[in-house]
Amino acid sequence: MASDRDDARQLQALVLDACHAKRRLRLVGSNSKGFYGRVAEGETLSLSDHRGVVSYAPTELVITARGGTPLVEIERLLAEKEQMLPFEPPHFNGGGTIGGAVAAGLSGPRRPWGGAPRDLLLGIKLLDGRGRILNFGGQVMKNVAGYDLSRLMAGALGTLGILLEVSVKVLPKPPQEHTLMFFSEDRNPWKVMRDLLGKAIPITATCSQGKRHKLRLACNERRLKQIQTTHGLETIENQQEFWQALRDQELDFFQCKAPLWRISLPPAAVLDPGNETLNEWANAQRWLVSERPAEEIRALAEEQTGHATLFRYGDRSGELFHPLQPRLAEIQRQLKQVFDPNGIFNPGRHYSHY
Amino acid sequence: MHDRQTLARAFQQLLPSDCVIFREEELIPYECDGLSAYRRVPLIVLLPYTADQVEAILKFCHRKQIPVVARGAGTGLSGGALPHEQGVLLSLARLNKILEIDAENMQARVQPGVRNLAVSEAARPHGLYYAPDPSSQIACSIGGNVAENAGGVHCLKYGLTLHNVLQLTLITIDGEKITLGTGGLDAPGLDLLTLITGSEGMLGVVVEVRVKLLPIPTCQQVVLAAFDDVETAANAVAEIIAQGILPAGLEMMDNLSIRASEDFVHAGYPTDAEAILLCEVDGVDDEVAEEIGQVRQILLKSGAAQVRTAADEQERIRFWAGRKNAFPAVGRLSPDYYCMDGTIPRSQLGKVLKHIGEMSDRYGLRCANVFHAGDGNLHPLILYDANIPGELEQAERFGGEILELCVAVGGTITGEHGVGMEKINQMCVQFTDQELETFHAVKAVFDPHNLLNPGKAIPTLNRCAEFGAMHVHAGKLRFPELERF
Repeated sequence: MASDRDDARQLQALVLDACHAKRRLRLVGSNSKGFYGRVAEGETLSLSDHRGVVSYAPTELVITARGGTPLVEIERLLAEKEQMLPFEPPHFNGGGTIGGAVAAGLSGPRRPWGGAPRDLLLGIKLLDGRGRILNFGGQVMKNVAGYDLSRLMAGALGTLGILLEVSVKVLPKPPQEHTLMFFSEDRNPWKVMRDLLGKAIPITATCSQGKRHKLRLACNERRLKQIQTTHGLETIENQQEFWQALRDQELDFFQCKAPLWRISLPPAAVLDPGNETLNEWANAQRWLVSERPAEEIRALAEEQTGHATLFRYGDRSGELFHPLQPRLAEIQRQLKQVFDPNGIFNPGRHYSHY
Repeated sequence: MHDRQTLARAFQQLLPSDCVIFREEELIPYECDGLSAYRRVPLIVLLPYTADQVEAILKFCHRKQIPVVARGAGTGLSGGALPHEQGVLLSLARLNKILEIDAENMQARVQPGVRNLAVSEAARPHGLYYAPDPSSQIACSIGGNVAENAGGVHCLKYGLTLHNVLQLTLITIDGEKITLGTGGLDAPGLDLLTLITGSEGMLGVVVEVRVKLLPIPTCQQVVLAAFDDVETAANAVAEIIAQGILPAGLEMMDNLSIRASEDFVHAGYPTDAEAILLCEVDGVDDEVAEEIGQVRQILLKSGAAQVRTAADEQERIRFWAGRKNAFPAVGRLSPDYYCMDGTIPRSQLGKVLKHIGEMSDRYGLRCANVFHAGDGNLHPLILYDANIPGELEQAERFGGEILELCVAVGGTITGEHGVGMEKINQMCVQFTDQELETFHAVKAVFDPHNLLNPGKAIPTLNRCAEFGAMHVHAGKLRFPELERF
């Protein structure tokens, strides 16, 4: 195991140097999400040596760690205190750092109930494109002093700066989780799921593929029995690996090398994209493998007030994320200017225009 | 300088005449928000009915370079909606329609002037509710909640406004309508929804909000625990969390607040306790019963002198009524009170309360403490009498010192009320010049001419230099005995 190291000063010197030379940098943590987003131009700057947990106060429900700290290390530490990262970050190829998890903004199956990185991020220490070290947010749960610039970093794909440190809210881990399953032949599966959700059943993940629907529940055995009987659901044992494989996209569904789309929608939205989708997040996140033209898939998502991302494979030279309203694109470009006026961080990784 | 009469005539061309308020006596009710210590009469008040009218107003103000201060229900506690003497006070109170309760998707679309509680009332027939519940929820508006990123007593489990908003329609200062967020759980591009939430009307005017609705819990139960000292109560809170319990609400009150509330609403609080904790658990019946059992045990083990579970729903509501009415209750003890809003790491509570006690003696002003214990958000209520010359200034100095203490122990000057006008000086303590510069640069992206709520939320570097000169930064001199974070 690599040892903890504070590389902030070295990174700052590197950034200042790059800034003066207008040299572009491609930021890399463990490179577990190298496939995600557009290909950034520039020289690789590895952030994985800047690592280590800075503070962890279990009863304050917050952990602060350097950006390069591996997720597995953080999760191991939290598990000792029966706690977890509520957004259940994916560990693609078994990798992932906390800085990368926040920068990519991706969440696992628990997302609708546990939140996304943007929901759980409490504060950051940022190294911006002018080599300045800035602190936004903090280590406390509620903080409305100044604009919330820390959460703006979640999902920005490192285009605004280097996350030297992040403080993230953690939560108690449910003592037990169970998996239930149901098949729906002609019933609309959303109706069943909406019914369960409306009854405040403690769902922590869902996965629907074809006629088969799996639900993960956090409850004790007694309650599980009750739910099972009342709703006619079947229990399946030893599903922990299934949910992990879903989180890390290791299920068969994800093994096809054709374009994989991530479609984000209101849960009740009916989508008929041609091919079968795999639905998570109580239907709010749908995965589609399809060779259909991007514009068609995006139009389908947009009709339902959602959006579509070309997540993996396919033509990665164009825009992968849903096009923005012109004014939003302009605001985004100007915000990039605020944090990184010389455009040194991950140019083109998020959108081609910055 | 704009002339009131000329401007009124111009706006009367733009809007129905009942939307334009410009007579001095009619302007007075708008001179302050919930922080009545600060008052200013606006040049003019506009009360549009529609988003299109808001757009027209902003376009006009942008063209004429007129400052605009947006106002919701005016319940804010930091002077965020304090008018500008040379500007328009833009009240969104008439944009008060619930546009859609989408029970199927568990969402609602509302206009900004809709009251917080009205959303839950409209959703109730569908078995749903809107989770954030600031104490002012009967009166405060969703638009104001978004501007302040309002919290409430249940945000430990259900999150802040930020966590419960899916989409915003915003009108920029130059009158362009933009949509942030989507009908799903996320949106493409930078997460501007998080940036706008809590931005105190400095970046744009929100004209529509799509919120998340949750199923109403089938069972709620609350435990009241009394303690002989505050520190033991704070430790009990840590112990509940350490045991893996995430209560729906976890509130603490000190003796002065307990007595004030008891006198006011007869909640059944033990008035001899130094602190009480209210711990609420929600969910389904038997699980709630089980968890309440655990909570009771933890509280007793942690040294509670008395632990009472609400006997029935009436008592549960009464226990909460005491807490939710703590501010007005304390208000009865004194002609005026000044409410602070720092957040601290919970472990620092004992230390912070001890210091506040010392300050209270030093300033000769009483201070009652109400605490969202679950998330570390402290509301010291400083009692003063504005009719006694100098007492308001003393209260402000006392409050400022409390906020700087919060920063010194690793917390923040505001957890949920916002910076507004009130805490603008303390921003200089919490942030460096470079950080403040970044805030100004972000503001300029949205509002390059500084027309939206000018002078609020983010201090100018000059102001900080002046404040620093008379004040010495907290980190340097104040509380030298404290460990620094």
